[in-house]
Amino acid sequence: MSKLQLIIKREFIAKVRNKTFIMMTFLSPLLMVGMGVLIAFLTKQNEKDIKKIAYVDNSGLFSKEQFKDTKTVKYLDYTQLGIDETKNQVEKGHYYGVLSIPKIDSLEVLAKSIEFYSKESPGFSVIENIERNVNTRLRNLKMTKLGINLEKIKASKIKTDIKMFNFSGEESSKLINGIKIGVGTMAGYLLMMFVIIYGNSVMRSVIEEKTSRIIEVIVSSVKPFQLMLGKIIGNASAGLLQFAIWGILFLIISFVASSFLGVSLFDMQSAKMTPEQLEAMKEVASGNKMQLVLQEIFKLPLLKMFFLFIFYFLGGFMLYSSLYAAIGAAVDNETDTQQFMMPIILPLMLAMYVGAFTVINEPHGSVAVIFSHIPFTSPIVMLMRVPFGVSWWEIAISMALLLITFVAMVWLSAKIYRVGILMYGKKPSYKDLWKWIKYNG
Amino acid sequence: MNNLLEINNVVKTYGDFTALNDVSLTIQKGSVFGLLGPNGAGKTSLIRIINQITMPDSGSVILDGEPLQPNHIEHIGYLPEERGLYKSMKVGEQALYLAQLKGLSKTEAKKRLKYWFDKFDIGAWWGKKVEELSKGMAQKVQFVVTVLHQPKLLIFDEPFSGFDPINAKLIAKEILQLRDEGATIIFSTHRMESVEEMCDSIALIDHGNKILDGKLDDIKRQFRTNTFQIGLKTTNEEEVIQKLKENFEVTQADFKLLNNGLKLNVKVTEKQSANDLLSFLTTQGDVQHFVELVPSANDIFIAAVNKNS
Repeated sequence: MSKLQLIIKREFIAKVRNKTFIMMTFLSPLLMVGMGVLIAFLTKQNEKDIKKIAYVDNSGLFSKEQFKDTKTVKYLDYTQLGIDETKNQVEKGHYYGVLSIPKIDSLEVLAKSIEFYSKESPGFSVIENIERNVNTRLRNLKMTKLGINLEKIKASKIKTDIKMFNFSGEESSKLINGIKIGVGTMAGYLLMMFVIIYGNSVMRSVIEEKTSRIIEVIVSSVKPFQLMLGKIIGNASAGLLQFAIWGILFLIISFVASSFLGVSLFDMQSAKMTPEQLEAMKEVASGNKMQLVLQEIFKLPLLKMFFLFIFYFLGGFMLYSSLYAAIGAAVDNETDTQQFMMPIILPLMLAMYVGAFTVINEPHGSVAVIFSHIPFTSPIVMLMRVPFGVSWWEIAISMALLLITFVAMVWLSAKIYRVGILMYGKKPSYKDLWKWIKYNG
Repeated sequence: MNNLLEINNVVKTYGDFTALNDVSLTIQKGSVFGLLGPNGAGKTSLIRIINQITMPDSGSVILDGEPLQPNHIEHIGYLPEERGLYKSMKVGEQALYLAQLKGLSKTEAKKRLKYWFDKFDIGAWWGKKVEELSKGMAQKVQFVVTVLHQPKLLIFDEPFSGFDPINAKLIAKEILQLRDEGATIIFSTHRMESVEEMCDSIALIDHGNKILDGKLDDIKRQFRTNTFQIGLKTTNEEEVIQKLKENFEVTQADFKLLNNGLKLNVKVTEKQSANDLLSFLTTQGDVQHFVELVPSANDIFIAAVNKNS
């Protein structure tokens, strides 16, 4: 076995055997799914809690037909009882609130004069529901008054669905844009998490070698560069293993949770949706739309995306983790690392922001293009752009820039690393690091 | 070829700081060579250059007739002053790992580790984590790992720190045994009594310059002051001192003498011999004590460093 292999193996085993690592690997998916299930469960409980609303309609314009009951809101006609008595009833605690509709002839004035009384300040969704019901009724009345035939309006409803093509003749749709955004964001986010978690673990492992003073024994047997590379690769392998286990566990646990507890992750999502969105979802879920989604996914350049994902993932991780290694070598303990963290976190955050705000709206806009070429942001931004189709020469330039920067950064980091690992006691400044880079041999 | 290591005009600077200024040394095969010097003198810089952890700015290092090259690290065993082990790793795994990094195969490393662990009677530690060991125990493991690949050149930087006197003696014995089996040893320490005990030759480095080197006996001869410590039983002490002062340089001495008497340090000039002094003393009284003050390694160290600064 070569020395590099030996180092990789040791780093990998040291990482994987670590108790925290094992706990994190098996507990985090459980915690994450558990949290999701809990939220879904609580939302469901909330829904069971039906809010009864009494309405007193003095205008005579409303009836039970306008106030349709929903899962969470139930309307009751208390017009007969009068507003004062109804308020009393509500105060005694029978109902959630009272809606008072006064008798006013002008629809515009009436629209501004409707009042709602409740003991506690009402939830946003309740008010929205009431307002929508009232608004629909008043608008219909107004339209009738203006001589507009409601039947005709209903009949005139039409649904446009623009079919989108690119110049090579492939059909695309809005749906796939959503999928592309989802896939790209997921990839970028994964990379960022990976860099932060395992970059840190590379750094800690370097610091551990310094504080346990084994470093000088090791570098009398292997080159510091080999040690650094072995560390990065070993930690990355442990990280990939952890990610893979997370993925599998996450799937298993969510399957188990949804079949046993009767709450699915779909429920979690739907809790936040408006009825219109829900309709659309149901439409997608029913039959051939689902097939369409699958078709659309297979139309994506999957193989290309996979290779680019691997390339940018590895390139980005190596670039950043070499910086983490250099920082670990420069300091004596973890608290001293703070001052050097900024230059690492900043470009990562920037890349995520650029991705989230500009790539989604304009995947080929100038901001997105520029940041997908700057090596410190390109792994994340380019991964987000790739599903939208990026020309091969752009990818080639971006990859070449990343590779060149990667080699240069590893070289610089190795210089800092080589000097830093044997330096004790002094907390270095950026000026010191620069001096170390200039040392020869 | 009688020299295992030749260091020729080595210069090493860190920025403005000169760690080694044109240092040359030769180390004989099969000897124990003491590399001495005050803190920050440049010893560690020199040792790191021999280990190829850093490269010299100029100058060359010749190991066994060949200029230093990467595969030479398999012929060097290094126990640094700043040493430690991976705390959460098991002793056996760790020793195997470090031995494999030095180029041993796994099976060979296992065989040799068994030999040494039996020899030191530490076999029971194999499956223990390093953090469970005491400092002295960890040091023993480190010693074993350093010598395991049977290197031609062994470099020990403060090997006895962390050992109790009994274990220090054990390690010293092992080091001398390794020398007898043909290894060449560079020994860097501040403990001068162990220098006297173990070193055949020494070099003294201060502020990056070599200020002294050679065989320990030669250096001692070079630093002798021809001063004798005498004890004399006499009735008229004042008169004897007076007479001695006419011919010799006399100072008070302080040492234990069984019978009370005159205690003095007497320096003999180059023209005189010890016999001149002794024959004079016999005429004056009963000589109880007569011994040459040979400079200790410690004296030489202090004298040489003071002279240099």
